[in-house]
Amino acid sequence: MASIIKSDHKSYGMGLHDEVLTGRTQQTSFNSEEAENFFYHDAFKVDFNKRTLIDVQKLNCIELNKKIKDLMKRGYGTIVLKNPGAKHSLGVGILQKLNLIVEGSLGYFGVGSIDGPVVRISGRVGWSCAENMMSGKVVVEKNAGSCFGAAIRGGDLICKGNVGARSGIDMKGGTIIIGGDAGAFTGFMMQRGRIIICGDVGPNLGDSLYDGTIFVGGDIKSLGADAVEAEITDLDIQWLKRKLKVAEINKKIDFKKMTKIVSGKKLWNYDNLEPSERKGAI
Amino acid sequence: MCGIAGIIHRGKSTNVGGEMQKMLQSLKHRGPDSTGYALYGPEGSQNYILRFKVGENVGEGSSSIMEDSSFYDFRKEEVNKKIIEAGGKILKQEQITPYSFRYVISCDDDLLDLAKKIETVEMTEILSLGKSLELIKDLGDAKVVADKYSLNNFMGTHAIGHTRMATESGVDIRSAHPYWAYPFSDVSVVHNGQLTNYWNNRRALERKGMRFISSCDSELIAVYLANKIRDGYGLEDSMQSSLIDLDGVFTYMVATQDKLGMAKDHMAAKPMVLFESDELVLLASEEVAIRSLLPHEIDTYDPYEGEVKVWQA
Repeated sequence: MASIIKSDHKSYGMGLHDEVLTGRTQQTSFNSEEAENFFYHDAFKVDFNKRTLIDVQKLNCIELNKKIKDLMKRGYGTIVLKNPGAKHSLGVGILQKLNLIVEGSLGYFGVGSIDGPVVRISGRVGWSCAENMMSGKVVVEKNAGSCFGAAIRGGDLICKGNVGARSGIDMKGGTIIIGGDAGAFTGFMMQRGRIIICGDVGPNLGDSLYDGTIFVGGDIKSLGADAVEAEITDLDIQWLKRKLKVAEINKKIDFKKMTKIVSGKKLWNYDNLEPSERKGAI
Repeated sequence: MCGIAGIIHRGKSTNVGGEMQKMLQSLKHRGPDSTGYALYGPEGSQNYILRFKVGENVGEGSSSIMEDSSFYDFRKEEVNKKIIEAGGKILKQEQITPYSFRYVISCDDDLLDLAKKIETVEMTEILSLGKSLELIKDLGDAKVVADKYSLNNFMGTHAIGHTRMATESGVDIRSAHPYWAYPFSDVSVVHNGQLTNYWNNRRALERKGMRFISSCDSELIAVYLANKIRDGYGLEDSMQSSLIDLDGVFTYMVATQDKLGMAKDHMAAKPMVLFESDELVLLASEEVAIRSLLPHEIDTYDPYEGEVKVWQA
C-alpha cells in the first residue's frame, strides 16, 4: 500500500486536517509510513479471482461468520452470500482484504467491526451497519436503518437510498455517503471524518459535533448544538465530485448550493490529557 | 427491549393469526417473557366479543399471586351476573384456559357501564371488548400462546402483536401487551420503549375518570388515545398529539376496527421497519419478522422521527 504523502495533499488545503487530535495516544500509536501497520499478523492471503457462494438460509450468524473465515483461510477472495434474509450480525469482524457480495438484505449490525474488505449489499441494511469499521468500502444499494456507520474510524460507507436517525454517531474518521435523505441527529457527537447527504436531513444535524465536516445537498430541518454553517470551497467541490463518482451516485447536484456544516467548537473539550492524567487533575 | 409487529391486508381477510404468530416468533429474542395478540376478525356482526380473565398467570417479579382454580368458576359466574345486570345477553361462552374466557354477547353500545360492572368482580380484567377485536395475551413465546389459544387459523384483516421483555414491571398477563383502549370498542395498542412522564400523565388521566389496570407505561398510551377519542379527536390526530404530550423514547402501533397506525417519537430511538405494497403493510421492530412472511427480496425502510402513519384495511 502506498504511503501517505502529507505535505502537498489537497485535504490540507481544504482545512480537513485542522481536526488533528493532539492527545499522546494519537501521536504515537500509529505511523502510516510503516507498512506493517496496514495488515493484521493473522490475515490470510486471498485471491480475488477465487470465488465461492454461501447460502445463508439455514445458517445462523456465528456459523456464517466462521464459514467466511474458513473460506478466506483457503484463499477465497470473493465470497457471495445468498439468502441473507435480513439476519443480524452477518459478515462481522473481517480484518483483511476480501470482496464480499451480499445478494439481499442484512439485519442489525451487519458487516460491523471490519477492517479492509470491499462489501456490496444489493438490498437494505438494518441498524448499525458497519459499526466501528476501520477501513474498506461498503456499498448499500437500497435503504439503511438508524446508526448507519456508528463510530467508524475509516473507509467509505455508502448508502444509495435513505438512512434512519443518528448516521455517523460518534464517528472518528472515514466518509459516509448517503444518496437519499437522512434522519434526526445525523453526525451526533461526530469527532472526525466526513458525511455527505445528497438529500434532505432531519432535525439536530451534527449535534455536539466535536470535529469533522458534513455536506448536505437538500434541506436541513435544524442544526444541533454547536453545529455551524461554513463556506463551501472549490476544493470541497472537487472532493465531493470525486467522492460521489467513486460512490456511483449519479444524482444531479448543484455542488455550489450544498451546505457545509462544521463544529462551532464552543463545546469543544479536547485537550492534551490522557484519561489517567485527566482523572489525576480532577 | 420488546418486539412489536403489525400486519394489515387491504380489502381482504386472511389467516392473520398464523401470520402474526410467525412474525412474533421471529422476534422472540427481543422479549421472551410474554406474548400478546390483538387480532381483528371480519366485520359484520352486531354482537360484541368479550375476552376477559378472572385470574393471573404469574411469572418472575409479579406482585400477583397464583390462585386455586376453584376461584375462577365462582368469578366467572359473577361476571355472567354482571353482564345480565348491565342489560347484556350472553350468546356464546368458551373457557380457553382455567382463567381466561371468550364470550359473544349482545349489549347496547355504552360499553363503559358494562365494563365497569364486569371489573367489579375480584381479579377480573377485560382484555378486549369489540365487534372484531380479539385480544389474547399470556406468558411464553408466540408459539406457546398461539397454540394455547388456538390462534394459528384466525381469519381477519389486520393484527398487532408484542413480545415482552419485562423491565418496568413483573412478568404476568396484566403487564403484557397489547392493551385495549378501555372502554372503546376495538382499539388496541402495542409499544416498545419507555415513557418518562408516565405518572404526570396517569394522574391527569385518572382525574378525568380513566381507568388503569397495571403500572406498565405502555398502558398509558392506550388510555391516552382512548381519552383523546372520547374528546372527539380522530385516530391520526390523537396519535399526533401523543408525540407532544408523551415524553420518552417509544415506537407504538395502534389498531382500530378498520385501521392500523404507527407513531415514532422525536428521537427515533426505538426501531421500526416498514414494508408497504398495494395489498399489504407489514411493520416490525426488526426486518426478520417481515422476512418470516416475505422471504424474497423486498424494499423496506425505517419511518423517520416524529412520524405518524395510518393505513386502512
